[in-house]
Amino acid sequence: MSAAQNTADMFETDLLERHRGLRTGRTTLPLRSDEDVVNLRKQVRERAVAIALSLVDQTKLVTAASELARNTIKYGGGGGVHLDALADGIRQGIGLIFVDNGPGIPDIELALRDGYTTGGGLGLGLSGSKRLCDEFAIDTRPGEGTAVSVVKWKR
Amino acid sequence: MDRIPILRMGDLLLVTIQVDMHDRLAMTLQDDLTERIVSDGAKGVLIDISALDLVDSFIGRMISNTAAMARVLDARTVVVGMQPAVAITLVELGLTLHGVKTALNVEKGMALLGKNIF
Repeated sequence: MSAAQNTADMFETDLLERHRGLRTGRTTLPLRSDEDVVNLRKQVRERAVAIALSLVDQTKLVTAASELARNTIKYGGGGGVHLDALADGIRQGIGLIFVDNGPGIPDIELALRDGYTTGGGLGLGLSGSKRLCDEFAIDTRPGEGTAVSVVKWKR
Repeated sequence: MDRIPILRMGDLLLVTIQVDMHDRLAMTLQDDLTERIVSDGAKGVLIDISALDLVDSFIGRMISNTAAMARVLDARTVVVGMQPAVAITLVELGLTLHGVKTALNVEKGMALLGKNIF
């Protein structure tokens, strides 16, 4: 429950309730340290294996999770992530929603451009994650925080 | 503190990454490798990533930077053993590891560095 409490004060966004009707389970993990990122990668990999995502899709989802988790910690000052099990009819998927109470992203279009970074990185985290997943949505509010949602469906 | 071991073979340095690296561990490896290139007078660095099931932008950048640092220290770097799923993901992510030499396995990597294992 500690992880849920971590995210309890996060700003309200419709994005958190995306796919509500398709959700069959939710786990919430904290994102504060390097070790949390490694743990998230492990958890996402296990879930991806459990619904039999192809090896390439597993790798894409875990990599996107790693990028976005790092953003949450580095730019959002830490936060949490919801791991959602999704089912749309017989189609299964995994949804990840990253939430922080950080400063928000002033210019989304710019932030989604390859190579744009304010943190000295490669500027591939957001744009790259978008390419690696089937669905991508972002809700960011200056001074309140940022929520990023990605989904990978089993093909 | 966690460290990834660096083995010396003649004037080559060998690294096999077998753990899921967190960011600090990746940075430590980069620092350790550059130090060892100088202290051991190494001419080549071989990084085996066959056990890695993920290379994200941070690890990718560490590999690129290490290769660039090795180059200005007069050593060549070869990255070997990348899994196909990792290669697909890396390119789609937008990382091409520009300037990094690669080989399919350790043996071919050694050959690329002008050495024979046997």
